[in-house]
Amino acid sequence: MANSLFEEKLYSNEFLVTTEIGPPKGADISEMVHHIDLLKDKVDAINITDHQSSVMRFPSLGGCLLVKEHGGEPILQMTCRDRNRLALQADLLLAYSRGIVNVLCLTGDSVDAGDHDEAKPVFDLDSVQLLKMIRIMESGTDIAGKELKGAPNFCTGASVHPEADFIEPQLIKFEKKVSAGAQFFQTQGIFDLGSLRRFMQYASQFNVKILAGIIVLASARMARYMNDNVPGIIVAQAIIDELASAGKGKGLQKGIEVAARLIRTIKEENLCHGVHVMAVGNEGIVPDILEAAELVGVPS
Amino acid sequence: MIVAEQKPLDEISRMIASYERVLILGCGTCMTVCDAGGEREVSFLHNALRVAQSKIGNGIHIFWEYTLKRQCDPEFLELIVERVAEVDAVLSLGCGIGVQAVAERFPELPSLPGVNTSFMGMTRETGVWDERCAACGDCRLEDTAGICPITRCIKGILNGPCAGTKNGKCEANKDMDCAWLLVYERLEKLAQLERMRRYYPPRNFRTIPRPRRIISKTSVDPGEEYG
Ligand code: SF4
Repeated sequence: MANSLFEEKLYSNEFLVTTEIGPPKGADISEMVHHIDLLKDKVDAINITDHQSSVMRFPSLGGCLLVKEHGGEPILQMTCRDRNRLALQADLLLAYSRGIVNVLCLTGDSVDAGDHDEAKPVFDLDSVQLLKMIRIMESGTDIAGKELKGAPNFCTGASVHPEADFIEPQLIKFEKKVSAGAQFFQTQGIFDLGSLRRFMQYASQFNVKILAGIIVLASARMARYMNDNVPGIIVAQAIIDELASAGKGKGLQKGIEVAARLIRTIKEENLCHGVHVMAVGNEGIVPDILEAAELVGVPS
Repeated sequence: MIVAEQKPLDEISRMIASYERVLILGCGTCMTVCDAGGEREVSFLHNALRVAQSKIGNGIHIFWEYTLKRQCDPEFLELIVERVAEVDAVLSLGCGIGVQAVAERFPELPSLPGVNTSFMGMTRETGVWDERCAACGDCRLEDTAGICPITRCIKGILNGPCAGTKNGKCEANKDMDCAWLLVYERLEKLAQLERMRRYYPPRNFRTIPRPRRIISKTSVDPGEEYG
């Protein structure tokens, strides 16, 4: 039996659409709640990021509880950057007890990237070990082998980077994540469908669902900034040129067009099992993208 | 070897301000090799402190300089017993171990750190040192082609690269090679990539209950009780 609505859909052969919301820096949750209400019926699940880019914010678990309260389907993003194995297991138990069962297991960005660069980086576990830990907890013990009073059950995901400039070691890691129990993958930003096609030729041998990450770019400047500063991201030159061709103030509109076109092509060509739309701070435009991609009406 | 950097002069000046007679104590081993606290640095620092003192006029110090072959060895510390009897503080240019060895041997005397001890590493080229070992107590270099991800990957992760690597560099520092790409490349050359495909469980941090002690298996007398 599926743990969640999202897990059920994962195995339904529907084209899946997920998106993500970055929680606020502060205790005022009104904007996040607004975005949750705006998006919850338009997508299959909403990721809540975990101090994305190592910038301290309202917690992912808190955001997921809100998604739940508002009738949406949350995906808990969990990084290994800030919590050791005790804290990670405890948060997983809390999440499960409150009906949050979709978990995206990530290693996490280095603290150097964020706004607390003097903090102690934890990384007691990595993403593969976190996935494995969840499977162990599901079997009824914690990872020290002690029995749990009530075992949790999760639907676990991970990330993969099909556009990495050095792909082989990333694929080795991908396979380790599959063996460790990942059921679905949300990829890092895809800008060149060629790399997604190549990746899917390889990945389709595994029984996992792949959701292509779509980052909505608001301008050519933002694209160049990401190329220079955001770990791993490589925005294709063709897309930068296209964004640059947009008139003044039309960058975001162009970005929406580009994202919608990528999504449409992925769906039409059946390249993978769904998309994960990342609007990075522009959560409000996600419905426009879905509409432009002719995905409105999803989920059915 | 241990690599350190000398502290800024004004920090050292502030540290010694309340002591009149100060012994500047160098170390002839690691601190000499990394140019942080050997005989030469002791003499430079001595001059610099004298110049600083005459400029600011804050406190009149009398300095002595001496460099031991090693500060971390009690045997060598015996050589300065007489000198130490005449001073108010020792400014050690040994690594953190040296500073503490001096403190333990001379309990009545302040032992002040003149360097910031940074890491265990090796000389890359003249004047450049790179960290290589984290002393994790559980060496796994056999599986990582002789390249340590615990030390050289900023996250110290065990199951392969994160997704942040770009142009072969680490996400945290564009000048630093991604350790996991180096491991991959070397394992491939050695035809041992299967080692990277293996799952490595979480580290056992009990291998580093601080502080650690090693007792030689050949030594008859293990010395005093631990603790
Ligand atoms: S880029 Fe490479 S060295 Fe840097 S944190 Fe990621 S895996 Fe480690």
